[in-house]
Amino acid sequence: MTHEQAKTFISERFGSAQVEPASAEATAGGGMALTVTVPANDWRPFASFAKNELGCRFFSFSSAVDWKEQGLEVVAKVDNLDTGLSLVMKTKLGPGVSECQSLVPVYRGANWMERECYDMFGIRFNGHPDLRRILLGDDWVGHPLLKSYAVDTPYPPYR
Amino acid sequence: MEIKPPVPIIPAPIWRNIKDLQEWEQLHQKRPEGDKHSSAFEAITEGIHSFPGGFVVTTPADAFLNWARKSSVWPVTFGLACCAIEMMATFASRFDVERLGMVPWASPRHSDLMVVSGTVTIKMAPMLLRIYDQMPDPKWAVSMGSCANSGGPFRHGYHVVKGVDRVIPVDVYVPGCPPPPESLLNGLLLLQDQIAQFRRTGKRAAPNPKVD
Repeated sequence: MTHEQAKTFISERFGSAQVEPASAEATAGGGMALTVTVPANDWRPFASFAKNELGCRFFSFSSAVDWKEQGLEVVAKVDNLDTGLSLVMKTKLGPGVSECQSLVPVYRGANWMERECYDMFGIRFNGHPDLRRILLGDDWVGHPLLKSYAVDTPYPPYR
Repeated sequence: MEIKPPVPIIPAPIWRNIKDLQEWEQLHQKRPEGDKHSSAFEAITEGIHSFPGGFVVTTPADAFLNWARKSSVWPVTFGLACCAIEMMATFASRFDVERLGMVPWASPRHSDLMVVSGTVTIKMAPMLLRIYDQMPDPKWAVSMGSCANSGGPFRHGYHVVKGVDRVIPVDVYVPGCPPPPESLLNGLLLLQDQIAQFRRTGKRAAPNPKVD
């Protein structure tokens, strides 16, 4: 499946999804990843669609971006290793919202990535089987990659 | 359907007041005196000292003990980050600290020296303290590299201890990022010089003006 076919397929199934880059020339070489921005409600359905129908079976990574007053944005990249199609999935959670659908029922590889995302950004993934901190200690207070987390926050007795 | 959060939400405290930070700085600058001594040894030597003419016995004995101590400083093999590579190079045959009586030893219970080589994260600090506590007295610590000295480039990171001297008492600070083996070797020689002054000062050894 070429990038153009994937784009038309996505826009048929998910009308509210924005697919970038829009121009056909940018994706002509086939090396560039398609960036798909979906609404937060479509997060898991779109992942399931990408896995089962676009064949993107490889879960590359998942992370988040803190856009301050615009709220958090969750990012995930999935690949089809056979055809070379890469999808960068994005969803904006909205201001003040820190809940998101989990991708673990679709991709098992999302488990630890979402734990890290919870650890650093405090995003609670609904449907995640084991949402605990993964990198920081269990007694850590706060989520350090949020923009609201002050630099040089003391951590007694070591900081 | 109401969706319950799977974990309790802990509000993140935000310290924007510089006074809080200064309080922590002052708290960690206080260190108990005599944290380098075994109290039993201290009591015995003080007892001998209190006899008439006792210092005639203890002073040469101290010189001998210090010579013995500084000639067999066994560093515990404890590497934290990229500085550990330089530390290994120092311990290996080219720079060969074994000619100074230092044998890298894989047990803290037989070691006298801990070379803190690398970034100390907050999660690692309790383990570092535990290994340090397992070493028998008298014991020394060398802080190697910018990260262990002050936090280095990661000083303002959320997870880094701002200098290992907030966790354990440090005798010699070796600057560099990472310090080359020559620097660490110089630091170890400085440490040996401090150990030679160990009992004479009674407290943490003062730097020797001859070497500095």
